[in-house]
Amino acid sequence: MYALKELGKYTTLLYQALRSSTEFGTYRKNLFHELVKVGYDSVPIIILVGIFTGSVMTLQSAYQLEFAFIPLSTIGAIVSESILIELAAVISGLVLAGKVGARVATELGTMRVSEQIDALESMGFNSVSFLVVPRVLAGILMFPVLYIVASVFGIGGGVAAGYFSGSVPPADFLKGARMFFYPWNVVFGFLKSFVFGFIITTVACYKGYYAKGGAEGVGRATTEATVMGCIYILLADFILAALLL
Amino acid sequence: MIEIKNLTKSFNNNLVWADVTFRIDDGDTVAVIGRSGCGKSVLLKHINALLYPDSGEVLIDGENIHALDYVSQRKFRQKFGILFQGSALFDSINTFENVAFPLRYFTKLTESEISDKVMQALTYVNLEGAAKKETSELSGGMRKRVGLARAIILEPKYIMYDEPTSGLDPKTADEINELITAMAQRLSITSIVITHDMHSVLQVADKVAFLDEKKLSWFGTLEEMKKSEHPRLVDFITASEYQIKSNQYT
Repeated sequence: MYALKELGKYTTLLYQALRSSTEFGTYRKNLFHELVKVGYDSVPIIILVGIFTGSVMTLQSAYQLEFAFIPLSTIGAIVSESILIELAAVISGLVLAGKVGARVATELGTMRVSEQIDALESMGFNSVSFLVVPRVLAGILMFPVLYIVASVFGIGGGVAAGYFSGSVPPADFLKGARMFFYPWNVVFGFLKSFVFGFIITTVACYKGYYAKGGAEGVGRATTEATVMGCIYILLADFILAALLL
Repeated sequence: MIEIKNLTKSFNNNLVWADVTFRIDDGDTVAVIGRSGCGKSVLLKHINALLYPDSGEVLIDGENIHALDYVSQRKFRQKFGILFQGSALFDSINTFENVAFPLRYFTKLTESEISDKVMQALTYVNLEGAAKKETSELSGGMRKRVGLARAIILEPKYIMYDEPTSGLDPKTADEINELITAMAQRLSITSIVITHDMHSVLQVADKVAFLDEKKLSWFGTLEEMKKSEHPRLVDFITASEYQIKSNQYT
């Protein structure tokens, strides 16, 4: 019963956000700020995640396939395909559930418990349009961009790790990456990051927008936004893989 | 004019109050008093439709605000300024921007016109020197004043104060009370003051509504309140800090 009630409130907020998305003048300024916060500000962590994911994958694949008598280019194929299909989107999503989801839930939660959202409404603002719409739009617009960043640096990290460890020459790595490259895999990863951006920002907005109970309530909203964001990402990852692959 | 008619509200089957009925005439300052948790702030949030009643209606200039669609309601809300209990200042922007905020979205004023209006509002509340201060640098009393400046910036017809003096020292509380009276007189604003501070009530109110025992227990003018023998109202008044100065109304 509780879950149904929560789902109802979440759906209602989404509906309100959809209806409010036409009020561009209300959220135009905030959208720009959010694009910077969600996208630009997340680039360093995404680069770091990409490089280490690609590097570790390359080193571990080289270790596992050391005596398999297979061409070294296979390692490039495995690493690049895994990054494009799965890792760039999912690992970035999980990291951003913490970085972006926690920030959004805390901001909105604090605004709720300190009556700032009531103040907006009482002035005649549509608070959903002002606060929720720009955050969700920034999520669905910037997560695919961050996916590309994670993919590029993931593959770059793989190439570098292979070169510096001496396990895979860059030429072999890139030959394998090109040989098994299917554009659909990029489209699939792109689609996943779009869905993850939607999930993280809508769950965080929902938890923050309806937070109650002072500092403890904001803390609870932030924790729930992060944990639920991660769980829903994994669930969505499975559903998308089952439906589209 | 604000007419509250047979308003009833409960949360999760817990009755807040039932059948609340009273009227606030234009130009009046009405204090809504009652013990903590009696639903004073809940009543305030019904007046501009931040909350919806279980039954009853709130008529603002003859219009039932709860029956309006959301877009009309939002336009209607611009008739109100609210000073929230915790001031509800936006902490990501400074004092000037907080006061200018409604102007930037709801008017087409130029930057210099906005600046003039903001400085005028800050002068009203004796904070002309604090325009560039961050909200985190403001004291409790200053936050209330900035909240008040923001509440009057769109020149509302009605202004609602939610516990305007709570958490303030007596001197600052007095200054806020003086501001409320000055606003009512200078700008001819109709005011609703939610408070349990009887000192504040005696300074600012023309009429008093007493919420008690989950209903509107008493309503009348300040003079009538001073003479009232309503046992729970007398109890509430004498239990307050104002007891010290009780000779003023006995």
